[in-house]
Amino acid sequence: MSFFNLRPKRQTLTYIAAGILIAAVTLYLALPILALFFRITPEMFFATLADPDVISALWLSMFTTFVTLAIVIIVGTPFAYYHCRYNYPGKIVVDTLIDLPLVLPPAVAGVGLLVLYGRVGLLGRYFNMFGIQFAFTTLAVIMAQIFVASPFYLRQAKSLFEQLDPSYEQTARTLGSSSMRTLALVTLPMTASGLISGAVMTFGRALGEFGATIMFAGNLPGVTQTMPLAVYVGMQGNVNVGLTISILLVIISFAIMITVRILQKREEKRA
Amino acid sequence: MLEAVVEKKLRDYQLDITLTVKAGEVMVLMGTNGSGKSTTLNIISGLLAPDKGSIILNGECICRTETGIDIPVEERRIGYVLQNSAVFPHMQVRENVAFGLKARHISREIISDRVNFWMEHMHIADLADVKAGNLSGGQKQRVALARALAIEPSLLMLDEPFTALDTESTQTVKELTRKFIKKLNIPCIVVTHRIADSTEIGDRACVLCHGKKEWEGLPGKMPEYCTVCHCA
Repeated sequence: MSFFNLRPKRQTLTYIAAGILIAAVTLYLALPILALFFRITPEMFFATLADPDVISALWLSMFTTFVTLAIVIIVGTPFAYYHCRYNYPGKIVVDTLIDLPLVLPPAVAGVGLLVLYGRVGLLGRYFNMFGIQFAFTTLAVIMAQIFVASPFYLRQAKSLFEQLDPSYEQTARTLGSSSMRTLALVTLPMTASGLISGAVMTFGRALGEFGATIMFAGNLPGVTQTMPLAVYVGMQGNVNVGLTISILLVIISFAIMITVRILQKREEKRA
Repeated sequence: MLEAVVEKKLRDYQLDITLTVKAGEVMVLMGTNGSGKSTTLNIISGLLAPDKGSIILNGECICRTETGIDIPVEERRIGYVLQNSAVFPHMQVRENVAFGLKARHISREIISDRVNFWMEHMHIADLADVKAGNLSGGQKQRVALARALAIEPSLLMLDEPFTALDTESTQTVKELTRKFIKKLNIPCIVVTHRIADSTEIGDRACVLCHGKKEWEGLPGKMPEYCTVCHCA
């Protein structure tokens, strides 16, 4: 075999190797998700949807996730804005703290929240004196979700505000606009797509939160048992409940990813 | 009339400049990159605070460090077109021109009249409902100019307004600027790199070098050392 004949053959081998690698990774990611749909019949899926445990977990998850999202957006947007626009002592520490929940095991976050806000926790004991309890309540679910999911929004908002050309805000100010009006009419609309994309990711992460929730809020049906916790309980007893909720979560996750992709495309088009 | 005497410590040098621009006069501010031209405009507009000095506009003191007078940027009534024109891409042309007027709580009828007037005179009336993000460089610059003039400013400042424009658009913006500065009888400062701009649009020129005034006079009389040493 001559040297010159080796090149096309090598190219073919490269194509085959790349094809196998891509197929292997795709299958590894897709098969567990597809398996969920094959394990339960459509009739059984729709019948289980009416199960009180499923409905209760679904509503609780939706309620807590939307409250989490609202709090993260209302508090996180001005926080990220001021964090970007002003220099203050310890800014780098705050930057690190924003990113920390992304790498911290959620169970550790849950333990931290419990140790701080639990009935005998560092702060919780004082609240307990006034009859205010956080741990093992629906509020605890929201607190855990905020802790774990807020970095997705904060990081996105921070990066958007940093990238926005300051001349737009400066022009608005010279035209007589107050800083609040400038934020509302110039800064937020110009970063809206990116902020929505960050909010959608936050929603998805909060909806799937498990570790911090079970540590800090427990697993009380109707009170703190969110969809991921109901999956866990279902798989130990009524498997159909676990499978049905899992499929619901897969559908919601897909919807989230599609929304993010559409928003990113729109952002690229505008840029 | 604008009378500004300002000092500010910058990273590489001390900005120390005295500027006087009469009503109806176009002062062209020239100099190399980083010579302090844009910083001077930012200080006059109120976007930056001077370390020392005073700014008097039409007899009213808008900034005096000694007495702590510092009128906020949004109350200075200075039309300032920044380097990239900064038209708001998510708003229509009409909304861009009306932006400064709406901030001043003026009645809808007056806003509508003034917006229509400036759109017509800047030849952008046919673009009224177009999103500003879809405009060409020349159109954006005219929108920015209309928006700055619509607030009836006491001073107009343009930072590198011709940089991204083709020859035709540059000529149009220059003509419009001169026409309305004379008509409104307000002082105007134009920052530019090109000597040709100073002779075409300016009544007077001022050359900055490392934050200091190197030369000031009639645009056509600029000494050779200013052009040779790349001050301008």
